[in-house]
Amino acid sequence: MNWRSLALKSFLLPGVVLLIVLIIMAALPSFGSKYSIIFLSTIFMYIVLTTGWVMFSGPTRQISLATAVFFGIGIYVAAILGMHLPLVVMVLVSGLISSVMALMVGGLTLRLKGVYFTIFTFGLLELIKNLINWYEVTFTGTRGRFVVVVNNNTIYLYMLAITGLTLLTAFLIRRSKYGLALQSIGEQEEAAAHIGINVTVMKVSIFAISAFFMGAAGAVMATRWTYIDPFMAFNMNYSFTPVLMAIFGGVGQLGGVVIGAIIFAYLEQILITQYPYYYMLLFGLVMVISMLFLPNGLAGMVQKWRARTVGGGNVHS
Amino acid sequence: MSILEGQGVTKYFGGLAAVSNVDFHVDQGEIVGLIGPNGAGKTTLFGLISAAVIPNSGTIRFKGENITSLKPHQICKKGLARTFQSVKVFSDMSVLNNVTLGAHFGRLQRVSEARATDEAARLLEFVGLTGKAKVQAKDLTLANQKLLEVARALATKPEVLLLDEIMAGLNSTEITQAMELVSKIRAQGITIFMIEHVMKAIMSVCDRIMVLDHGKKIAEGTPQEVATSKTVVEVYLGE
Amino acid sequence: MLEVRNVDAFYGKIQALWDICLLVSESNIVALVGSNGAGKTTLVNTITGLLRPAAGSISFLGQRIDSLPTHSIVELGISYVPQGGKVFPEMTVRENLEMGAYPFHAWKQKDDTFQQVYEIFPRLMEREKQLARTLSGGEHQMLAIGRALMSKPKLCIFDEPSYGLAPLLVKEMFETIQNLRKQGITIFLIEQNVRHSLEIADRAYVLENGRLCLEGDCAELLQSDHVRKAYMGL
Repeated sequence: MNWRSLALKSFLLPGVVLLIVLIIMAALPSFGSKYSIIFLSTIFMYIVLTTGWVMFSGPTRQISLATAVFFGIGIYVAAILGMHLPLVVMVLVSGLISSVMALMVGGLTLRLKGVYFTIFTFGLLELIKNLINWYEVTFTGTRGRFVVVVNNNTIYLYMLAITGLTLLTAFLIRRSKYGLALQSIGEQEEAAAHIGINVTVMKVSIFAISAFFMGAAGAVMATRWTYIDPFMAFNMNYSFTPVLMAIFGGVGQLGGVVIGAIIFAYLEQILITQYPYYYMLLFGLVMVISMLFLPNGLAGMVQKWRARTVGGGNVHS
Repeated sequence: MSILEGQGVTKYFGGLAAVSNVDFHVDQGEIVGLIGPNGAGKTTLFGLISAAVIPNSGTIRFKGENITSLKPHQICKKGLARTFQSVKVFSDMSVLNNVTLGAHFGRLQRVSEARATDEAARLLEFVGLTGKAKVQAKDLTLANQKLLEVARALATKPEVLLLDEIMAGLNSTEITQAMELVSKIRAQGITIFMIEHVMKAIMSVCDRIMVLDHGKKIAEGTPQEVATSKTVVEVYLGE
Repeated sequence: MLEVRNVDAFYGKIQALWDICLLVSESNIVALVGSNGAGKTTLVNTITGLLRPAAGSISFLGQRIDSLPTHSIVELGISYVPQGGKVFPEMTVRENLEMGAYPFHAWKQKDDTFQQVYEIFPRLMEREKQLARTLSGGEHQMLAIGRALMSKPKLCIFDEPSYGLAPLLVKEMFETIQNLRKQGITIFLIEQNVRHSLEIADRAYVLENGRLCLEGDCAELLQSDHVRKAYMGL
């Protein structure tokens, strides 16, 4: 049957390719250099944060700057509990606590529209950073904490697993009726509510799901830094960079988000090491140029190119 | 007991009474028209019924149950759906997906992908949009977008359907087709409450008509009664 | 006054208009009739400069306007009332009307024009200080028409002005259009309400699928079989 061979092509072939890639990546610690393992861990972190951000802010069009909050909670939970719990449990608990935080925050504030929501999430970051700092200064007498040490290969494998799970979740949601519902909420919230979609529950749920992965990633990355303090953990870079990566890669397609994160992180690494004095400038320049000429990101450029060569038709994302 | 009724429904925006102490009822199987000058509060009344807006006072009952404090998605799940005066289709989605969403989240429970899509396809045929299933909603003409909204609302399997000016901007032929569609919908057992300015349609399709002006109900009755009422002629119909 | 010659127009790669020729003479009311999707709004967008014609020319008062930006076209005296009356939602009714008087020659006369517009649409005066987004659909339409009038146009293009208006207002609106003609304004009217528009217009064009299929004297067109069947449901 025609549709069966089509399904085979669109799922089986990419599926096999992905599986092969996954196997190679999982085996990497045994033959890859230490530098590449560490570098890839960082890239995985960015992929998780960016995909997590797109999961919520993509369809709903509400720009969240709370990524660093959930990432930071993961970091802090790792610092507090890491010594007492096996690694797996610690990571899961970090993710869960971030989720719960997202549920609370979401429940209170997702009603805020547009810029107000964005500014609120940014304010949340500052709030929690200073709150923890104050607490530490007042009650524990010290600033910062030590985190349990984990070896680089383990960190790498954990990040690989979390990245895989995040991408899988994002993919499945997108393709499901919930993905469609989220898109409708972003386009016409009132109409979406009128066809039976519980807008608040949907938004808060996806917010919490994305926070889970951000928290889990934070817990793992904390073990690499070994010492953390509120200012390191709740760093606004982790809120802004995923947004830039997503826009650079193209928010519409999941593949675009991933490629965007990879290229961006790679670019940053290269620029920092080759041009340590100018890298910020060059970075900014790259961003400006790509915004001028690729407003839909890299994915958008690929789509346009395909439309021109293949001759139109809708691209299912 | 009417399937949809309201008592003393009032809504203020700032100091202005958009809807003032309005009583209304729609009986099962009826097609009731809602007419009135621009700014009379018709769409606001629909908004109060569908819970897009919360009334300042008064109660609204659907199938005997007080729905005044419910949220829009809950009211949809109870069996009341609506279209919007300023069309609110999901522009970046295909026509088919717009309707499929209605099937997924409306009153049908636990619908599989296949069933939702089939239902959507069936409804597209019902309203006459089959050929446009894969088109992006934003590329439809205004008239077709209105039909899409109707199909999407029908996908939620309502018992009562609120139609807000679905005939605005249609030419005579299209109006006749729309009138047929409204009759077809009633034939399916769905009660209809419709806002319209197209007199030809209202007069021939409605069993009963309600007239609002400046937020108050000023007349109610059969199309004949309303068309010949002096107040209505003066305030709304002219001639 | 307005001359459209052999105009083709595209949306990206898709052709929307083929070889359009039409003429709007001074102090005339010219009607453009056609179904949804026939290309009426496309044609208007091409005239007002939002879209560039791929071929042909458009002239206003003898001057080529097809390569001018929209704001220049407005300064020359063409005013446009969009379908559905696109108002500035966060401005008051009065502010919306003031925006209409933006062109230099209109600004000087705006106080008088206010009076005129309020006479035609007393409801707008009632709601003068209200934010435009709080108005009903039909009131948006009235406001958009009022705003177009504030620019003291020589040619006024109405895109479905009766859209969403109550019957009484529809009659008043068509009367207003005739009054405007008496004041020397030329009108290009795009309408679904075929009977009304053919009754008040001098000439009419029928657009179907991007091509002009009929044109001529309105009395003739009202009798045409095609028009009666396709657009008037008779």
